[in-house]
Amino acid sequence: MGKTLFEKVWDAHVVTEIAGGPSVLYIDKHLVHEVTSPQAFGGLEKRGIGLFRLDRTVATADHNVPTKDQNLPIKEILSRQQVDKLTENCKKFGVTLYGLGHPYQGIVHVIGPELGITLPGMTIVCGDSHTSTHGAFGSIAFGIGTSEVEQVMATQCLMQSKAKTMRINIDGKLGKGVSSKDIILFIISKISAAGGTGYFVEYAGSAIRALSMEARMTICNMSIEMGARGGIIAPDQTTFDYVKGREFAPKGAKYDEAVAYWKTLQTDADAKFDKEYKWSAEEITPMITYGTNPGMGIGIAEPIPTEASMEESNRATFHKALEYMDFKAGEKLIGKTVNYVFIGSCTNSRIEDLREVAAFLKGKKKAANINAYIIPGSKQVEKQAQEEGIDKILAEAGFELREPGCSACLGMNEDKIPKGEYCVSTSNRNFEGRQGPGARTLLASPLTAAATAVAGKIVDVRGVLI
Amino acid sequence: MEKFTTIVSKAVPLPIEEVDTDQIIPARFLKATTKDGFGNNLFRDWRYDDKDQPKADFILNDASYKGSKILVAGKNFGCGSSREHAAWALTDYGFKVVVSSFFADIFRNNSLNNGLLPVQVSQDFLNTIFEKEKADKQVELKVDLVAQTIEIVGTDLKESFEINNYKKTCMINGYDDIDYLLSIKDKIEDYEKTSKYLHIVS
Repeated sequence: MGKTLFEKVWDAHVVTEIAGGPSVLYIDKHLVHEVTSPQAFGGLEKRGIGLFRLDRTVATADHNVPTKDQNLPIKEILSRQQVDKLTENCKKFGVTLYGLGHPYQGIVHVIGPELGITLPGMTIVCGDSHTSTHGAFGSIAFGIGTSEVEQVMATQCLMQSKAKTMRINIDGKLGKGVSSKDIILFIISKISAAGGTGYFVEYAGSAIRALSMEARMTICNMSIEMGARGGIIAPDQTTFDYVKGREFAPKGAKYDEAVAYWKTLQTDADAKFDKEYKWSAEEITPMITYGTNPGMGIGIAEPIPTEASMEESNRATFHKALEYMDFKAGEKLIGKTVNYVFIGSCTNSRIEDLREVAAFLKGKKKAANINAYIIPGSKQVEKQAQEEGIDKILAEAGFELREPGCSACLGMNEDKIPKGEYCVSTSNRNFEGRQGPGARTLLASPLTAAATAVAGKIVDVRGVLI
Repeated sequence: MEKFTTIVSKAVPLPIEEVDTDQIIPARFLKATTKDGFGNNLFRDWRYDDKDQPKADFILNDASYKGSKILVAGKNFGCGSSREHAAWALTDYGFKVVVSSFFADIFRNNSLNNGLLPVQVSQDFLNTIFEKEKADKQVELKVDLVAQTIEIVGTDLKESFEINNYKKTCMINGYDDIDYLLSIKDKIEDYEKTSKYLHIVS
């Protein structure tokens, strides 16, 4: 029987197997940030050891950083201490750090791909669940806890049980105003926030093949939101073209040799998956979430479901979510006033996202009630946006392009959504309090977020696109 | 890591599904650089109001559950962010076991790496525990890791649970993965020398 893409990459990285237990998996790249690393560095110190492979480790500061005046010291004292601790640890242990002020600084899942650190066929981990982003290159990439961060630092390996395999096929052509964010919100709404638990998911089909690398990253990024260990997309010419010439990608003959290998990273025709789903791209409309987990999503023109449509065991969670969001079962979201919009995060902060938003906002004005955070994913994205004049288009429309970081995605830095306010957000989680205590998040695509920012209320972007 | 064999304790019922790690410990409390003290902010926004006063209707503020070492929660417990701080907050508060009908993957690993045992039971058994708890807050659960069983004390209601053999041995003996991985360093170096793939991309 043939092998799936996931199995090919996995098998190439197994150092040894423990009978009846997990495998020892070799890790090609370890990305580190300030929140989930200090205790791991502390653990190494206690054991009196250093990092096993410094050349496979890169760090950046993203979760705690402000998105304004990054040249000044971080105001919030605990945030500043955590970022300083990362700098201190990287210096002490010899880890490469792209910290605040460095031209490569940015959200860890944005900088890996743009620097060519992320390559097809790799195993990539980070103490952050959205590490699944890097699966877009045909790599096995997943989030780990801090004990595991310490394992990788100490030995470049992880003890891992092999996940089951799932394939999700999306065939056909996406409609007007529908983007990769809508594809992934659609999938999660179908299989639920727990539907992928225990699985590694391969995304396939003609609609996926047609996507750019950035759009593929958006899909893989949210694999964790259905509980999946990670997502993976087979590398193809789009992937090879994206990787070519990037700072740390192989060059010349090395690149050709790598591409020849990467071309073998396809699921064999006779490979079997433990689970398989299939949808057509034409079924997918712009999506939005109404509840407090990413599985609570609907087509933007549809009403919120009613109790009658769900299983008994889900009703309590549904009620709790609607109460928190102050929505009613069966009502529509279009036309609801929203005062906050967040465009950014490791899901949607790449140059292509900003280009799409700028193209829509050109010649339009922000609604008076809207407060917006538009956050580039990295210093390089910020620079590119400035070179392309995106910052000016945003300014003319009444917005400001801020500095890179995780920003209002997680209510950890200065950027937060106030209690009780709705925020249409291009990020990945709508959990209670995720964007700040009491904040109410509605997940959507960059285009839907931009259209909301112009209207001051939720709109179906299909109706406002020319 | 502390050794784990058997625990008998009252259990705190939290019959909510999809409890994500942002609820277990919100991001604004992840700024410490050690593993200590996270228990104070366990379930922070459910446990305290915005004036930092305990909310009377939240279960952890019910004095009858004081000292309980077992948390019983609805399905898909620990979903969302990979923050190990969630496991640290639960253990720092005093929990040794979390019972649910379904756990998110990363949370399960993080728990096992911190001596916090995730016990996955059937939805029926979970419902039974919630019913018994409702009738009597003093009901105790017994979790036996060696026998891989969970029972409602004083009844014949009992279920067995799965755990990876390697992880079970680690929990019982208080070992962690790093000790093991460091002991096979020569194998890791051999892999680096012989892997065809590594030569292509490095």
